[in-house]
Amino acid sequence: MKSSWATRALVCLAASALAGIGLVACGGGSDESGPRELTFFVAIQPGGTIEEVSKRCSEESNGKYTITPEFLPTDASQQREQLVRRLGAEDPSIDIVGMDVIWTGEFANAGWVEEWTGPLKQQVTENVFSNVIETASFEDKLYAAPFNTNTQLLWYRKDLVKQPPKTWDEMIEVAEGLKEAGSIQVQAARYEGFMVLANALIESAGTEILSGPEEVDLEQGPTEKALEVLGRLANGGAAPPSLSTSDEDTARLGFEAGESAFMTNYTFAYASAQAEAPEIGKVMGFARFPRVDANTPSKPPLGGFNLAVSSFSDNKDVAFEAAACLANGKSQKTAVELDGLPPSRSDLYTDKVVTEAYPGFAQLVKESIEASGPRPTTPAYQDVSLAVQRSLHPPDKIDPEDTESVFDELKENVEDAVKREGLL
Amino acid sequence: MKSERTRSERKLAWMLCAPAVLAMLLVTAYPIVYAVILSLQDVDLRFPDEGGFVGLSNYTAVLTSDLWWTDFFNTVFIMVVTVAIELVLGMAIALVMHRAIFGRGVVRTSVLIPYGIITVVAAFAWQFAFAPETGFVNNLPLISDEMDWFGGRFSSFAVIIMAEVWKTTPFMALLLLAGLVTIDGQLYEAARVDGATAWQRFTKITLPLMKPAILVALLFRSLDAFRVFDTIFIMTRGALDTESVSILGYNQLISRLNLGLGSAVSVLIFVCVFLIALLFVRGFGAKLEEGRPG
Repeated sequence: MKSSWATRALVCLAASALAGIGLVACGGGSDESGPRELTFFVAIQPGGTIEEVSKRCSEESNGKYTITPEFLPTDASQQREQLVRRLGAEDPSIDIVGMDVIWTGEFANAGWVEEWTGPLKQQVTENVFSNVIETASFEDKLYAAPFNTNTQLLWYRKDLVKQPPKTWDEMIEVAEGLKEAGSIQVQAARYEGFMVLANALIESAGTEILSGPEEVDLEQGPTEKALEVLGRLANGGAAPPSLSTSDEDTARLGFEAGESAFMTNYTFAYASAQAEAPEIGKVMGFARFPRVDANTPSKPPLGGFNLAVSSFSDNKDVAFEAAACLANGKSQKTAVELDGLPPSRSDLYTDKVVTEAYPGFAQLVKESIEASGPRPTTPAYQDVSLAVQRSLHPPDKIDPEDTESVFDELKENVEDAVKREGLL
Repeated sequence: MKSERTRSERKLAWMLCAPAVLAMLLVTAYPIVYAVILSLQDVDLRFPDEGGFVGLSNYTAVLTSDLWWTDFFNTVFIMVVTVAIELVLGMAIALVMHRAIFGRGVVRTSVLIPYGIITVVAAFAWQFAFAPETGFVNNLPLISDEMDWFGGRFSSFAVIIMAEVWKTTPFMALLLLAGLVTIDGQLYEAARVDGATAWQRFTKITLPLMKPAILVALLFRSLDAFRVFDTIFIMTRGALDTESVSILGYNQLISRLNLGLGSAVSVLIFVCVFLIALLFVRGFGAKLEEGRPG
């Protein structure tokens, strides 16, 4: 008993020294009286949502537990890198994990996060969008409580364009015909954001990348139609000069600088434009993510965070309770109020907090989430994402007139990826 | 015949070395051996129930992949170009530092500043400088305002190489300076009496006598340059075929958690580094112990 405590203290000390953080995270013996100390590893939110909900839930627990947030970087790959290093080493100092929607299959299959069952499962999935529950599940089991979700809308300049375009083809045509600001901002650097775009185009075209954890779908006709849109955008006059290095932030900056009539981006773009570029903010219109096929409704991207309980936590019982509180409706309202993050509960979209955060487009956000096409759920997600990124980047390599060679490359790479074969 | 005394001295020497040897075994030999063992297995952290011994198939997968060879040649390209530029610049800086009459300490310290900056920080600074939206580089004369440096393969390489050269030239200069100070000043005086020009003195005296120092400097920098990671990771993340073998290893190990395949990449990088060292030591006769003329 004593030696294990000593080892743990030593590991904690070493870890804290290395990470340059305090010793706050290293408490948490289960046999102590007083509140149990839970550590919540999660991406930082600049508006202070995480601090606020951690504090509130700690208070509401009436001395049962206190939640200490440990912040991860804003970049999704860096968040995952820090988490997998700790979880891979079975680190008991993580109790609650803020999981990006794409990590569920991987973390669940590796045995790093616990399944949710019983009344708590009922509670955390009540009124939650079914697509969002799907992102928190793997093989029909729920592994996390949905917290915030996110989706992309089409943002456009009302002063330049009267009617928002319905399809990508139409949008590219309109943009190319504009004398000024004739570009379309998207996310096409070689990173996860490019996978988001590619997946949304493929889903909107009427097919999907995977139909099961190891089954590749990618029906040829619709996939080639999606690739054609990407190639046409990248090779035409509507591509901004730094298309192949663009991310959410460069897109936002380009739009706010008045360079672009169109942008696909997450909901934060609206509040950002109102604050950073009020002139553009005033004429900023919004619409559903455009269609790829004129007769098929689009399937917009879906993002967000779900809260899981680590399998290596010494406090699993209270951690479930705490995670359920952190993800409840009250917390979701805090997230939309402080950080503009869309709730994962559909019943909150008529709430004043939400309609104020998304003036005039709260219902559009809701519709967009309901219609969204989530990225594939598979333990080999990173492989699939790397394979898609490698096959399609830079997007201007896709010849819109002849998409077959890129299609073959994509399909072959994704097939290797689900089998986890070869280098990526 | 060894005397009693030499034997006991030997024993003492071993005992004095033992802590260092033990530490080296723990921190160097153990991870290397472990990586080799992992590279012969199918280990994936995401699939804890699968796996097992697979022989050399991870190595076959790596060596038959186009990606490995693209990244290998990218790495060699970056290594050769950066080390060549660094040698020329480093030599010039070493000569200046050697000749500096006043403020020697200040000159030597200020030259070292780039080397003291963390690579990631330096990479971000260079990336911001060259970014089309925020950087100052595109505002310079003769450079198009629209130039997207990280949108093309060779323009990306150019920035990566510039950042690497800026950062590590001081190290090269310092190693060369160490060789330069060992040359006897009388040789130059004698040459001058015989009427040798400055260029002749440089090529006939400085360079031949510095050969051991140059080789050691080249060896150290090549080994370092072959493992280039930070700058590329920050600037392009390996997009547009600018990936180095270290980034390839990172993708397999950290992104995919495929420890088998990733360890095979790591072991191959180790083999490459070993071969580079062998080439310098055996092929060119670099003497690692000291800058003694070979």
